[in-house]
Amino acid sequence: MRLLRTIWEWFDARTDASKVIGPILKHPAPPRTGWMYVFGSATLFAFLIQVFTGIALATAYVSSAGQAYQSLHWITSHAFLGHLLRGMHYFGASAMVLLVGLHMIRTFLTGSYKFPRELNWVVGVMLLGFTILMGFTGQLLRWDQNGVWSTIVAAEQAGRVPIVGRWLARLILGGQTVGGATLSRFFAFHVFFIPALIFGMLGLHLALVLRHGISEPPDARRPVDPKTYRAWYERMLHREGVPFWPDAAWRDVVFGTLVVASVVFLAWRFGPPELTSPPDPTIIHADPRPDWYLLWYFAVLAQLPHGTETYVIVGAPLIAGICLLILPLVFNRGQRAPSRRPWAVASIIIIVTAVGVLWRQGDKSPWSPAFGAQPLSAAVVHADTPQVAQGAQLFHAKGCEYCHSISGHGGHRGPDLTLVAERLNPRQITLRILNGGYNMPAFASSLKPQELNALVAFLNTRKIAGSAE
Amino acid sequence: MDEPPVPLTERRKLLAALSIGLGGIGAALIGVPVIGFLLAPLFQSVARRWRAVGAVDSFAKGQTVEVRFEDASSVPWAGVTGQTAAWLRCRPDGGFVAFAVNCTHLGCPVRWLQDAELFMCPCHGGVYYKDGTVAAGPPPRPLIEYPVRVRADQVEILAGPTPIT
Repeated sequence: MRLLRTIWEWFDARTDASKVIGPILKHPAPPRTGWMYVFGSATLFAFLIQVFTGIALATAYVSSAGQAYQSLHWITSHAFLGHLLRGMHYFGASAMVLLVGLHMIRTFLTGSYKFPRELNWVVGVMLLGFTILMGFTGQLLRWDQNGVWSTIVAAEQAGRVPIVGRWLARLILGGQTVGGATLSRFFAFHVFFIPALIFGMLGLHLALVLRHGISEPPDARRPVDPKTYRAWYERMLHREGVPFWPDAAWRDVVFGTLVVASVVFLAWRFGPPELTSPPDPTIIHADPRPDWYLLWYFAVLAQLPHGTETYVIVGAPLIAGICLLILPLVFNRGQRAPSRRPWAVASIIIIVTAVGVLWRQGDKSPWSPAFGAQPLSAAVVHADTPQVAQGAQLFHAKGCEYCHSISGHGGHRGPDLTLVAERLNPRQITLRILNGGYNMPAFASSLKPQELNALVAFLNTRKIAGSAE
Repeated sequence: MDEPPVPLTERRKLLAALSIGLGGIGAALIGVPVIGFLLAPLFQSVARRWRAVGAVDSFAKGQTVEVRFEDASSVPWAGVTGQTAAWLRCRPDGGFVAFAVNCTHLGCPVRWLQDAELFMCPCHGGVYYKDGTVAAGPPPRPLIEYPVRVRADQVEILAGPTPIT
């Protein structure tokens, strides 16, 4: 113990480490910041999980388009602790996205982005952008079938940008098709380029926190006035400030430890996401889905009115980004208390609700054809003539069942046809089938008259049992 | 410990300008090749190659089947990702049409349903008729066609870039 102390003193005398780090750790923080202020440091803890598990994974991952998939298989099922590490990297990413969101919501609701902390917010928005980029590039590095098709979907979206779209798409693919260059490129961005930007921005973010101090909990009686705020804040700190370490930091450490423990537990309990099929673009039976944190956007893309996509794909992220970036420049003064900012509270409720609803939709994705639908069972069909039985069989064979469900079997893209005969007569059913409609193909050219009659006969039996013919 | 201000002499101005200028030149000497390398995909010429996908009589008239071939710009380490697929339709008159498998909405791979004679996309529910025209859902345009030819009794497809719509 004495030896350690001597070594430390020798080191400190030559580096002034305690004089540099001490004041940073013990900088005065406002009193009573409480548990709402732990999300920023928790995001940092999650980021550190990503850095360390990521470095470990990079020692075994092969960033070659032809071999990455096999190397991940090996990491997951053979490498010592590989299964756990991949799981931690996945749940660490999820935690980081979630915590960055909570941190932003807290900062927004308490008006902490107002004078003089505008730039903290702006840098934070950039960090949010980098976090999403890390999530997306990370999902691609799984380099299974989902990864390959997600790359193509990303390139197609970039392709919608006016004028430079095709160039952007080519830069994403690293060439003209998904291939050898694509994965190496994403790997370099995921492990070198974007993390370097995150480290830089994070340094700036923390330096700004030290420069302007942690924002005090809002008080409705004390709106922010840029002319007097700084002097008032200094006096307040002088009067009742507490040292950040350990008076405020202990909560960060408690919550951060909880985050780390949760990530390790989830990784141990549930493991990493399963790899889907190999990254072979000729395996057509693919079902590309983004990871959960972008599933809500997947739902947006599916449900846009026809013809508006290009504007939304290009415009929405642009407008959202600009709004977030200029928010503190436009509203940099006045009330910080949520009780006096009903619009701020309302906008958070609206955004969280909208994203939540879209999430559920994205998870169910009712617009996707139910390719797994099985032919209807005899109990459901309840055929009293051979024609009805044939119609039921055609209902599956002709793809109707992929989009329409009957008695709980089938897809949800189109209307449920369990009781279609209660709504439509045979003539109306025939017209729908032949001509199609909004979001329904016309089957006039692919059904023989006899097939059409059988299908209509079957659908005409879909009514409440015992109701009059 | 206030130091007296350093007088800004002509010599100091020159030295500062020189240092900043040289720093800029150094940065450009490193930066231009690096950025050029990263932007290389923009300067590549578009590769297109005819790829044989099967003998003419191996395709039944009126049928649509998946054919697989090597990318036009594949590299040796691409492994399975160097492969591409297309839907090849042999029309009743014996002519051939090749469709890219990519949905024109956002690029997901469409599936061919033989009995229904429809292409369906698993992502956002786009549907196309057998001739590639849009039947339903969000796709803004018909399936992209690859040029097809018959040489020495082989059906050949002109492989090229992934279609970006």
